[in-house]
Amino acid sequence: MSTMRLTLKVWRQASPEAKGEFRTYPVEADEHMSFLEMLDVVNEGLIAAGEEPIAFDHDCREGICGSCGMMINGKAHGPRAATTACQLHMRSFKDGDHILIEPFRASAFPVIRDLVVDRSSFDRIIQAGGYVSVGTGAAPDGNAILVPKEMAERAMDAAQCIGCGACVAACPNASAMLFTAAKVSHLAMLPQGQPERHRRVLGMVEQMDSEGFGGCTNFAECEAACPKQISIENIARMNRDFLKASLREREETGAGAVSN
Amino acid sequence: MTGAPDVPMQLDDRIPDGPLAEKWDRHRSALRLVSPANKRKYHVIVVGSGLAGASAAASLAELGYNVSCFCFQDSPRRAHSIAAQGGINAAKNYQNDGDSVERLFRDTIKGGDFRSREGNVYRLSQVSADIIDQCVAQGVPFAREYGGLLANRSFGGAQVSRTFYARGQTGQQLLIGAYQALERQIARGAVQMYTRHEMLDLVVIDGRARGIVVRDMVTGAIESHAGHDVVLATGGYGNVFYLSTNAKGCNVTAAFRAWKRGAGFANPSFTQIHPTCIPVSGEYQSKLTLMSESLRNDGRVWVPLKQDDTRLPRDIPDAERDYFLERKYPSFGNLAPRDIASRAAKEACDEGRGVGRGGLGVYLDFATAISRLGEDVIRERYANLFEMYERITGENPYQTPMRIYPAVHYTMGGTWVDYNLMSTLPGLHVIGEANFSDHGANRLGASALMQGLADGYFVLPYTIGDYIAGTKFAEVDTSHSAFAEAEQQVRDRTARLLAINGSRSVDSFHKELGKLMWDHCGMARSREGLELALRRIPELRAEFWADVRVLGSADTLNQSLEKAGRVADFMEFAELMCRDALEREESCGGHFRVEYQTPDGEALRNDDEFAHVAVWEYRGEGVPAKRNVEQLEFEFVQLATRSYK
Repeated sequence: MSTMRLTLKVWRQASPEAKGEFRTYPVEADEHMSFLEMLDVVNEGLIAAGEEPIAFDHDCREGICGSCGMMINGKAHGPRAATTACQLHMRSFKDGDHILIEPFRASAFPVIRDLVVDRSSFDRIIQAGGYVSVGTGAAPDGNAILVPKEMAERAMDAAQCIGCGACVAACPNASAMLFTAAKVSHLAMLPQGQPERHRRVLGMVEQMDSEGFGGCTNFAECEAACPKQISIENIARMNRDFLKASLREREETGAGAVSN
Repeated sequence: MTGAPDVPMQLDDRIPDGPLAEKWDRHRSALRLVSPANKRKYHVIVVGSGLAGASAAASLAELGYNVSCFCFQDSPRRAHSIAAQGGINAAKNYQNDGDSVERLFRDTIKGGDFRSREGNVYRLSQVSADIIDQCVAQGVPFAREYGGLLANRSFGGAQVSRTFYARGQTGQQLLIGAYQALERQIARGAVQMYTRHEMLDLVVIDGRARGIVVRDMVTGAIESHAGHDVVLATGGYGNVFYLSTNAKGCNVTAAFRAWKRGAGFANPSFTQIHPTCIPVSGEYQSKLTLMSESLRNDGRVWVPLKQDDTRLPRDIPDAERDYFLERKYPSFGNLAPRDIASRAAKEACDEGRGVGRGGLGVYLDFATAISRLGEDVIRERYANLFEMYERITGENPYQTPMRIYPAVHYTMGGTWVDYNLMSTLPGLHVIGEANFSDHGANRLGASALMQGLADGYFVLPYTIGDYIAGTKFAEVDTSHSAFAEAEQQVRDRTARLLAINGSRSVDSFHKELGKLMWDHCGMARSREGLELALRRIPELRAEFWADVRVLGSADTLNQSLEKAGRVADFMEFAELMCRDALEREESCGGHFRVEYQTPDGEALRNDDEFAHVAVWEYRGEGVPAKRNVEQLEFEFVQLATRSYK
């Protein structure tokens, strides 16, 4: 077991309106601690010293709920690929390191307090079509519609998204294309998602734009930051679906002559 | 606030008469209905947005009810159902291996060590098949065979393959399905969603649950919400132990507040210790991570034959290993049920044969499976679990066995409900892990997801209508004095927590309580230990209320304050658990009393005296809770000693 001495610079902001600032805290950490357990240790020290603990979102601490998320030395969820902040362990750092910790920054993710941000824009994108309109009780037998294994696997690759927002935080434009594309692709690759395929992509993209997320300019930083390794191929697929759907919509509304 | 002490608690299970296979159909046909035009006049409050809460809120809104849904997370998609890994059971018999509703029913009753209700469990087995259909239609990407059919795997406590799965993220995918259905209803305006809101009290008016008091966790505002029915889908209370596989936010507060308002609490001591979790690595440990039970399909559990064997696992030859589950339970082997596998691991460690830091671990070894099937097959089945293990421990399980140890995982106990999922308090329904009804003294793997979705999609939407249609509601809104009183109590309690300004953090108290509970109300329980805990808990609670330090204010986001309220409730609830464990003088399922065991160390039930549900009734501050009894009737299954040998 090895102990390391670290210096943290942490963003502290008392409320959405308050002016934030960085504060510096020393901490001793064990290599087997998770990053959030290291923050717990810092917080215990702050409480003992009479300073309010650092607020950060977290819940499952096993990399699946998507609650946690912070910029660690400028990287969403920190230095380790395919790893959420809660699954990042201190063995990824070394004695004497300085660590800069900030909230995810995006105008569509306003800061609530310290490292806690408001990501409700993601829920509103789902509300704009990220579902299959099937009420409870009327479903056919689960094996009535065959789903090729490869398609199920690819749908699952996209469906793994945990909605943490790292893609937005990592993007120079604060674009939510990877998040939106993951949901669009998950349903577009399954037979159950076909009837609403076009409606879905139009609705979700429109909502995404209205939330104030930036556009995609193919930096691919989102893919690199994604703890679930969602591929930017999904963005290409969404763009294709979006174009098709837009054309079809114009045809159907008679907005202009467009050939197939 | 509570009924007179001498009026016995009404515990009518409302199980319909008739043959087991016909009970639910007959009951459904007889339930009263609310007309479609009237449904929107009824406001249903759903607390919690996991599998049970999200599926219920969405389904009720589809039916036309006016629904409000509350969760403490920032999005309903983050509820802890999301972390369930291995799968969901359903009696589809797609594998042609002899499965049936009857068999799933019997497996579940036996798995629960004959401490659950036949009627409820049979219904659960019946609707299990519908759940799979529903989820497929929603776009849940279940694992498939090359021909396009749904794939299955095996799970503990069963000899058929009936578990459906989406890699090691089944809970996530099912929850996303329910969440999508919920978001669709939110978009329609049929559900009003309140995220970052925590329920802090239940409001009861004229003997009926009529609303809740919540705290807006961002602004700190205390708010009242009135309705015709309150549905608790608030999960389990495993975090009373501090360390568990539960998410950090999981808590007993909503259920405990409801208990204090008159809802009986059943079998609080029935907790499940899951055999395959990553062992504790140090004092700073904040939670434990489960390694899915599905791993026991291909992993072999062993410890060295010798005590204190410090050799590396690869240096220990096969002849010097004890594959203790295969040895003790040859017909189920590594797939013995959770309670049995956990106790066997504890026993091996107590004998000094544990491995890893502190000797609290056993190996889960994939070498045999890798040599038989190849690393690629194992990778395809479990890649994400192996990666998770490697991230946490820094060890590669393809090359060296995993180290695992039992950890608190699930609570079978919960708010008492009848066949309609209604508590002893009219108008308060309780679904999912938060109720007690289906798993008896031990839950089988892949059955939590099944029960949460069964309750939310296919049971509550029917039974709630019967209550609403049969009730003449008084006009009540949040201006009623009961809301003002409850709000004031919540504010006073919050102010009290903030005013103490003592010397110890909330976590330090929570850890101390958790250790006490793990030592005395965990895997092995004794009269002596439980009595010790029952002496210590009130002292600790007094120390908490005298010396806890909660900084900050009530009118901002204040995570210490949130935790303090939850831990304060755990401090009281823990006592109820210990009393329940003490008074149940038998061993059954996850409840193992060392005084009651067979000569070879297996649980020894006492059906003559304890084939019942213990239902605890609140009788006021400082008054001991009263233990009531619901006798369990077994008409269709013969009570037998559970054997997996």
